[in-house]
Amino acid sequence: MTPGVLIIIVLVLTVAGYVLGRRRALALAKRDGARLHSLPGYYGQSVALFAAVPALLLLAAWLFLQPLLIENQVSTQIPNSAIPEGGARSLVMADVRRIADGLDRLVEAGSLGEDDLATMRADFSDIRGRLASIGVALGSNVSPAVFQAAKSYRSLNGTGSLLRNTAVIGVSLGLGFLAWRRVRPSMRARNTSETFIRALLMGSSLIAILTTFGIVGSLLFETIHFFRMYPAGEFFLSTVWNPQFRGGSTLGILPLLWGTFYVSFVALLLAVPIGLMVAVYLAEYSSKTLRSFAKPAIEVLAGIPTIVYGLFALITVGPLLRDWIAQPLGLGSSSSSVMTAGLVMGIMLIPFVSSLSDDIINAVPQAMREGSYGLGATQSETVRKVIMPAALPGIVGAVLLAASRAIGETMIVVMGAGAAARLGLNPFEAMTTVTVKIVSQLTGDTEFASPETLVAFALGLTLFVFTLGLNILALYIVRRYREQYE
Amino acid sequence: MNMLTEAAVERKLDTMDEQPAIKMRGENVTVHYGDTQALFDVNLDVPEKQVIALIGPSGCGKSTFLRCLNRMNDTIDICRVGGKITLDDENIYDPRIDVVELRARVGMVFQKPNPFPKSIFENVAYGPRIHGLASAKSDLDGIVETSLQKAGLWNEVKDRLHAPGTGLSGGQQQRLCIARAIAVSPEVILMDEPCSALDPIATAKIEELIDELRENYTIVIVTHSMQQAARVSQRTAMFHLGNLVEEGPTDKMFTNPEEKRTQDYITGRFG
Repeated sequence: MTPGVLIIIVLVLTVAGYVLGRRRALALAKRDGARLHSLPGYYGQSVALFAAVPALLLLAAWLFLQPLLIENQVSTQIPNSAIPEGGARSLVMADVRRIADGLDRLVEAGSLGEDDLATMRADFSDIRGRLASIGVALGSNVSPAVFQAAKSYRSLNGTGSLLRNTAVIGVSLGLGFLAWRRVRPSMRARNTSETFIRALLMGSSLIAILTTFGIVGSLLFETIHFFRMYPAGEFFLSTVWNPQFRGGSTLGILPLLWGTFYVSFVALLLAVPIGLMVAVYLAEYSSKTLRSFAKPAIEVLAGIPTIVYGLFALITVGPLLRDWIAQPLGLGSSSSSVMTAGLVMGIMLIPFVSSLSDDIINAVPQAMREGSYGLGATQSETVRKVIMPAALPGIVGAVLLAASRAIGETMIVVMGAGAAARLGLNPFEAMTTVTVKIVSQLTGDTEFASPETLVAFALGLTLFVFTLGLNILALYIVRRYREQYE
Repeated sequence: MNMLTEAAVERKLDTMDEQPAIKMRGENVTVHYGDTQALFDVNLDVPEKQVIALIGPSGCGKSTFLRCLNRMNDTIDICRVGGKITLDDENIYDPRIDVVELRARVGMVFQKPNPFPKSIFENVAYGPRIHGLASAKSDLDGIVETSLQKAGLWNEVKDRLHAPGTGLSGGQQQRLCIARAIAVSPEVILMDEPCSALDPIATAKIEELIDELRENYTIVIVTHSMQQAARVSQRTAMFHLGNLVEEGPTDKMFTNPEEKRTQDYITGRFG
C-alpha cells in the first residue's frame, strides 16, 4: 500500500467520521430531548478532525524517519571489505537501494517468487543480468555482501511499510472512535473544533518560522566548515577574488560586495526618484480613471521575470550604452557594465517603490491635505511640506525593501554586468556581485568539500546578514515614526 | 436666549443697528455632487466682522455652502458649483481668480483638529512661510507668537514650541489650528463644526475665542449646537434639504422665527 492510498483511506475515514459524528449528535439529542450545544456539523467536524489530523501527522513523520533508520541499520551490515578501493560507503548504499528496487520490480513482474528470492545467492545466479532485463543497470557484478544488504533492506522496508500502514489506520480509527464516543448533546463541539483549528493554524506558521531557522542553520553549518579550511580574516579583508580549480585560491569578498553595492546603488539612484514621482502623481494628481489603469500597468513591470530583464540588458541596454556613451567617452569597450545592470535593475525596481509609496501616500489622512489647502498652499507645496514628511517612514521602508531586492538580484547582474570580480570606480566596466559568484561557485566543477565551493555558503550568509540588517532597519524606522499622525 | 448675559444682548443690539458691510455674498449658489444636487439656489450675505452661524440638520447643505466660500470643494472631483459667490464684490469662481490667494484670504478650521505632524511652531509658521509673509526669522517668530496669543494658546505652549502639535489635547489642537489659520492674516475664517470633537470646557474656550476674533475677522461657523449658535453668532442661517430656509439676526431667529421649520428645528422637533 503506497502512502497515496493510505492518505485516501484516512480521508475516507475522515468523511465517515464527520457523517457518523453528526448523526450521533442528532440521534442522542432526539433520544434525550436535550438541546445540542453546537450546530450538528461541529460534532461531525470534531470527529473528522480527530480521525484525520493525528493520523496524517504520524504518516508524515513516518515517511521522514523510516528511510533514515533503515539506511543506518543496513549500512552497518556492509563489511568494509565490500567497499571498493577509493569508493565511499554512500555509493555502495546507493547500489543497495537500486538492487532492492530492482528486486521489487522482478517480484512484481512475476519472474521471481518470494521463496526463490529468499534462497537466491549472488554468487550462483546472474543478478546483474536479470536486473538489466527490467531496466536496472548496474556498474559491476553484485557482491554477496551487497546482495544480502539489499535483501535485508527490502525486507526491512516491507516490514516498516506494513507497520506504518497499520499504525496510521489504527490511529485514525482509534482517535476517530474515541471522538465519536465523546459526542453527546452537552459536549461543546464548537469550542473543541475552534481549539483544534487554532492549533492547526499555529502549526502552519511554525513551519514557516522553522524553515527560516533551518535555512540559516544549514548556511551557518557549511560556513563554519568553510572557515575551518580558509582563514576568515582573508575572506573578509582580501581585495582579490581569484578561485583556482587546483587549490591555492584567493577568496576575498570585498570585490564582490563592492560590485553588489555599486550595482544596487545605481539601480536605486534610478528607481527611487522615478518611483517616488510616479507614486506622487498617481496618489495626488491623476484622476481616478487614469489611476485605475496606470497602477496595474506599472505593476506589470514587477511581474516580468528577471531573466527577461537580463535579456533586455544583454541585447539592448548594454550595446547601447557601450556605443553611445562608454566608447565615445573612452570609458570602456565592454557591453557588460555596472551601468547596464544598474539601469535595468532600476527599471525593475520602479514598481516596488511606486506601488508601496502610492499606498502609503494614500494612507495620509485627507484632513492633512485639506488643512494645507485651507491655508492657501498649492498642490506641490502640500505634497512637499505636509504629505511627504508624514509618509516618510513608510517611504523609507519601501526604499529599503527595494534595496534588499536589488542586493539579492542575480539574473540581471549575470547578463548585464558580467562575471568579472573587480574593485573599481568606472561604472562602464564589467563587475560582478555576491549572488552571481554564489551560483558560479556552487555549479562549478570543483569537489563539494573544497573551499572553492563552500565559499558560496559564506557568501550567502554574509548577504543574508546584510539584507536582514536592512529589513530590521526598515522595520525600526517604520515603527519609530509611524505614530506621527494619530 | 436666557443664556446670554444682558451685556451681551446689548452688544448684539448695538451691532445690529450699525448695518455692517457685506463681506461675502452668495447668489443663486447651486452645488452638484455627481448627479445629486446638494444646494438649491442659495442667496446668503456674510456681514463683515460678525459671526454668522449656519444651522440645520445633518446633510442639509450647510457644510457644502461653507466649503464653497473658499473653493474647498474644488478638491472633490465630482463636485460642480453654480451661481455666483463674491468676496469684496469680486466673483471668487472667476477663472482669473487665484485659488491659492483666495484661500489665504478665506481661512478654514475643520471639524476634527488636524494639526500637521510637525512641531507647534512649524504648524503655525507653515502658512506664513509658503506665502512669504516673513522675511526674517525674527518676523516669523513674531507672527507665530501673536497668532498663538490671539488663539489663546500662547501661555500653554510657549515653553514647548518645538514639541509635536499632535501631542496637544483635542481642544489645544483645535486652537492650534485656529492659530495656524490666523497666521496668514485672513479676512474671513470658516469654521466647520469646530467644537464637535471637543469636551464642554474646551468648547467654552473656543467659543470665547470666536467672540474675541470677531473684532478683526469675519467668521462663518457651521454648528449643530443651538446653544452655540445662540452664544457666538450675531446672525443665523437655517438650511434644510439643500435650501436656505431663513436667515436673520440670531436673537430673532431663536425667539421669533418666521418659518415653522426653523421653529421646529430649534425646539428640537426634528433634525
